[in-house]
Amino acid sequence: MINIINAKLANGDVVDVQINGELISKVSTAAGTKIKKAIDATGKMLLPGLVDLHTHLREPGQEDAETVLTGSKSAAAGGFTAISSMANTNPVADTAGVVEQIYRLGKAAGLCDVNPIGAVTKGLDGEKLSEIGAMADSIAKVRIFSDDGKCVSDPLIMRRALEYVKTFNGIIAQHAQEPRLTVDAQMNEGSVSARIGLKGWPAIAEEAIIARDILLAEHVQSRLHICHVTTAGGVDLIRWAKARGIQVTAEVTPHHLLLTDDLVENYDPIYKVNPPLRTQKDVMALREGLAEGIIDIVATDHAPHPTEDKDCEWHSAAFGMVGLETALSVVVKTMIESKLMSWSDLVNRMSIKPAKIAGYQQQGQEIAANQPANLILIDPAATWQVNPKSLHSKSKNTPFGGMELPTTVIDVFYNGKQVVANRKLVDQE
Amino acid sequence: MISGHLLSAADLSKEQALNLLATAKELAQITDGPNKKLPTLRGKTIVNLFFEDSTRTRISFETAAKRLSADVINFSAKGSSVSKGESLKDTAQTLQAMGADAVVIRHGSSGAAKRLADTQWIQAAVINAGDGTHEHPTQALLDAFTIKQHLRPGSKDLSGIKVLIVGDILHSRVARSNILLLTKLGAELTLVAPPTLLPVGVSDWPVKVSYDFDSEISKCDVVMMLRIQLERMADSFFPSAQEYSRRYGLNSARLSKLAKNAIVMHPGPMNRGLEISAESADDLKSVIIDQVKNGVAVRMAVLYELLGGAPLGDSK
Repeated sequence: MINIINAKLANGDVVDVQINGELISKVSTAAGTKIKKAIDATGKMLLPGLVDLHTHLREPGQEDAETVLTGSKSAAAGGFTAISSMANTNPVADTAGVVEQIYRLGKAAGLCDVNPIGAVTKGLDGEKLSEIGAMADSIAKVRIFSDDGKCVSDPLIMRRALEYVKTFNGIIAQHAQEPRLTVDAQMNEGSVSARIGLKGWPAIAEEAIIARDILLAEHVQSRLHICHVTTAGGVDLIRWAKARGIQVTAEVTPHHLLLTDDLVENYDPIYKVNPPLRTQKDVMALREGLAEGIIDIVATDHAPHPTEDKDCEWHSAAFGMVGLETALSVVVKTMIESKLMSWSDLVNRMSIKPAKIAGYQQQGQEIAANQPANLILIDPAATWQVNPKSLHSKSKNTPFGGMELPTTVIDVFYNGKQVVANRKLVDQE
Repeated sequence: MISGHLLSAADLSKEQALNLLATAKELAQITDGPNKKLPTLRGKTIVNLFFEDSTRTRISFETAAKRLSADVINFSAKGSSVSKGESLKDTAQTLQAMGADAVVIRHGSSGAAKRLADTQWIQAAVINAGDGTHEHPTQALLDAFTIKQHLRPGSKDLSGIKVLIVGDILHSRVARSNILLLTKLGAELTLVAPPTLLPVGVSDWPVKVSYDFDSEISKCDVVMMLRIQLERMADSFFPSAQEYSRRYGLNSARLSKLAKNAIVMHPGPMNRGLEISAESADDLKSVIIDQVKNGVAVRMAVLYELLGGAPLGDSK
């Protein structure tokens, strides 16, 4: 039995919460009485555990960058009780065997739900559908399919995939990048790329695929999810699609809510990411889109890379940034401190809505009796300085190193078990 | 005096650039004499670190360093540890361990010189001898030197000089460095290229842009032709070499429309018959050979100032 007293919820209520086994057993208005051994949450906030629909765990195949275990640690430290591992592992997660392996490794780590995402096409080659049905029927019960890292650029394959997953109410998560418009692309195409001589990745290459795929989703009446939207034009297209009743959802990453392409000026590959950092105008449109609900959720696109893949010249460097441990703080900084969103909105975009899109029934639930005890206690007023070396992820490629960010994660309860206590991971036996 | 590194033409203030040109002029006069060599950088080690083939730039730097009595090590990526997969970081640390005082780097990746300077991989002064499609600052300096020599020998800067840069602006490091430096020195620049070979974002640059060579040719004091890479044709930047040559090549007809005192420049190596006809390259208006010669003097000046050579007066 765990008691948490005087905890403020996102809606402003102050409550006492009792956890018994894997469930919340009682939620009541704070009585103000002391309970022995209770966690006194005065001044802190209790939220449902965060849910990430876009995580690269690198296992199997690139265990020097991350493993399911180290990624789970990073997730727990960042306040996530569920993550979704992307399919671009080696071997690719395109069979029941691979997704079940990842699922089991997640269970063994025991720090958060690890839900594998399956590849849309075999080997991510964009040509033949992978064993989507077998992955859906496996113990991992895969519902999201994505070739993330690559775009399903062939419109016919995309159409077939959208249709096929309707069998089990699945969803295709598209990495929107027109490949011919982005051959060797290095950064956002615009004023900065022109000046510093890096090959441009134009916004249009993202928007062209978003436009095509929302029309396909409408035509075949299927569910489409757009990964990491980065452009103002993309937000407009999704707004249009939603107004037409098309079943499209979209995500934005924390880094695209905060960082812009002028950071690339010094050629430090810590800022090399795909899709690339865009302009201030795009950042503002993404923030507004997220506040408005046009962009449904925040997803990290946590992309670990070993040191040598960033400690080099720009062209040799890998694309990607780690993000699990900074996501909450960056969203607070960009969306709450700017007064664009309330705490309830944040809970919606980082927990309730992603769980709903993915069908994670144990996650993103109301804090109420008989609900699974996936909870995080945070200090909204605390600030911390990001030290890459202190991250729990095996990789340290954060673009936020040295930055002072708001809000710390104090305690994390995963299925009733405390996995983070007083800002530290609890040793698991 | 400049200090640290030379990575971009933007690193130089107008005054620093003019001082460098003045130093180059003085050095050129000395090396025109019977004894070309100065002892000023004796004991210094300069590494030419060339990841891309460039015989012209490399021998220009090598000549410059040797005329200042520095020891020169040429490191070319081909057939070296780099072709066996060694990283830039490891190469840099190796050169550091060998005691390089300056590294002249040519690299295919934009920003490679900047990375070398910003990281702790190496302490040496870094001179950018061309990084990807970014910059080539010593080329801009030698171009400024050549323009001044021919058109403004007596004046302070390049005020009012009209320069046309013609060709593949999108991929040109020569163009980027020249735009930064020549505008700083007061020149007025017009870029001439098909829209496919201009970067998105060019409208932010302090230049005029034209797609029509013929309407601009008679209005300039300098026409600078850029090398066109033949692989651009395969990528459909333009339909054919013939069409490119017709629309954007400097041929005899266009040459005849140039103002009386105008000069023709090219950073080399030239594709004769493509962006420049043989008659234009060899015409009296062509200062292409002067550019090569001035390259040595300008690079001497850069090495001299970066490596803190003894004052010029002492070496006489």
